Amino acid sequence: MRIEGIVVKVGDHIDTDVIIPGRYLGITDPSELGKHALEGLDPSFPARLKPGVILVAGRNFGCGSSREEAPVALKAAGVRCIVAESFARIFYRNAINVGLPIVECSGIHSYTRDGDRLSVDLSSGVVEAVGRQFRFKPLPDFILRILEDGGLTNYIRKLRGLPT
Amino acid sequence: MKPMNIAEKILAKASGRDYVEPGEIVDAKVDKVMFHDLTGPMTLKVFEEMGGGSVWNPDRIVVIFDHIVPASSITAAENHVKLRKFVKVQGIKWFYDVGRGGICHQVMVEKGHVCPGELIIGADSHTCMYGALGAFATGVGATDMAATLLTGRIWLRVPEAVMVRYTGKMPRYLSGKDLILYTIGEIGADGANYKAVIYSGDVIRGLPMDDRFTMSNMAVEMGAKTGIVEPDDVTLSYLKDRVSECFTILGSDRGAEYSEEYEFDVSDIEPQVACPYRVDNVRPVSEVEGISVDQAFIGSCTNGRLSDLRIAAEVLKGHKVSRDTRLIVIPASQDVYREALREGLIDVLLESGAMICNPTCGPCIGVHLGVLSSGEVCIASINRNFIGRMGSRESKVYLASPATVAASAIEGRITDPRRYLKGIA
Repeated sequence: MRIEGIVVKVGDHIDTDVIIPGRYLGITDPSELGKHALEGLDPSFPARLKPGVILVAGRNFGCGSSREEAPVALKAAGVRCIVAESFARIFYRNAINVGLPIVECSGIHSYTRDGDRLSVDLSSGVVEAVGRQFRFKPLPDFILRILEDGGLTNYIRKLRGLPT
Repeated sequence: MKPMNIAEKILAKASGRDYVEPGEIVDAKVDKVMFHDLTGPMTLKVFEEMGGGSVWNPDRIVVIFDHIVPASSITAAENHVKLRKFVKVQGIKWFYDVGRGGICHQVMVEKGHVCPGELIIGADSHTCMYGALGAFATGVGATDMAATLLTGRIWLRVPEAVMVRYTGKMPRYLSGKDLILYTIGEIGADGANYKAVIYSGDVIRGLPMDDRFTMSNMAVEMGAKTGIVEPDDVTLSYLKDRVSECFTILGSDRGAEYSEEYEFDVSDIEPQVACPYRVDNVRPVSEVEGISVDQAFIGSCTNGRLSDLRIAAEVLKGHKVSRDTRLIVIPASQDVYREALREGLIDVLLESGAMICNPTCGPCIGVHLGVLSSGEVCIASINRNFIGRMGSRESKVYLASPATVAASAIEGRITDPRRYLKGIA
């Protein structure tokens, strides 16, 4: 799986409360959630998240609450992939489960700038930034299969012999 | 076979194996699952999208209404209706509706849904609290929860373990909350990312269950997958009269390995405060004393238990909440509320000018019963001080123990609780 997009950068320890503030929980419509993605960080942020964005983050992205609304909102806002120095574990699982590709890649945050073009090859474990390649540990096969199916829901539907 | 720690042993048992080691991914059978009224609606949506059908075992599922109770909006009320219907249709055995239980994690432990040695999955990040009873418990999101409801199984990466030992003499003014804030300050907000934290040492052995719950509860604030205290007599005495099922007590083998080991001498630790906007931005109370607070809040799954209300009442007895601030107190469960009434604690708190609200997570997530305006500052016994956590993104939250929050309520600014505790010079 290969993903291309334009970089939008955020810092370290971006928690799920700022990705989708508590007052929006209870909404289950992804496009409605997407309108508020990262609003807690800066009310102008949702407007910066256009289809085709690759979010580049620092350490511990997605820390805090287990709210799956966080990756759902980012995906609905147009984020194609998140590349970070590290992720918090519940967010990591949630992103994969909702079909939002996510990779831990060291050194990328300080190297890239807003607006850079980035390509991410999930199977081979390579991020291509402007003028430089970064390697990361490729995702295990079964996680790639979940992402290829668009998330755990379709993966399970297939296992159950249901149409996807 | 190398010696295993308690986290590895529980995951080995849950995956039907004799031995597991960190980094391996296991397909594990869960003992219990829990979800609540905030993560429930998304869980049920995904459950249906996965094709729906019957849950794997209605006797092992616990559904608890706590985040927005009683319903504060039409959306919340509609979500409650959906969940009640699901509970009924699926024949789910354990359901705590409005007025029946309280904050989910407190209800899980006090109603005997957690046994040592079990693997428990909850759709809430503070599920890791059950580790205080020697279980492996961890939080997941809605999709993982839906898949677990269908299959009774979950894939988990066996975590490395971090050993944290506490030594020295625990001062009377110090609580589990101070210890865990101190620990997070030392280890960092991602210092135990993906790992299992194991709390040990003589100080932990001498710590009551309520304090252990607080410490395990906040393991996730250093990124941990779970926070475990190995069972002992304190654990067993808590479980007696609560748990009727048989359980297996597992403990770490001698020589078990840990990826990191920390040791903290608690003898001279001051009451601790986590400052905005990170849980690891921790200072001794003496460094932040005097900061004005508009609201003080005692409650949540972290610190709304009986011993928390007792210490708050001890501090507040004979004093009034400052005219410049307000104090909100929320008992963590109906049982805690009732016991606090019996002991006369609620009376002391009311006399001081506190507002007592019903058991709910409400203000901790900035949803209802104490939401902050822009420019406001709150000192709270909760677990997170992120931007906008309790309301406006221009508000600030300081985290502290119930004693520190109560003392701060009296003075209207962050205050060292030692001045208000008996027998403390």
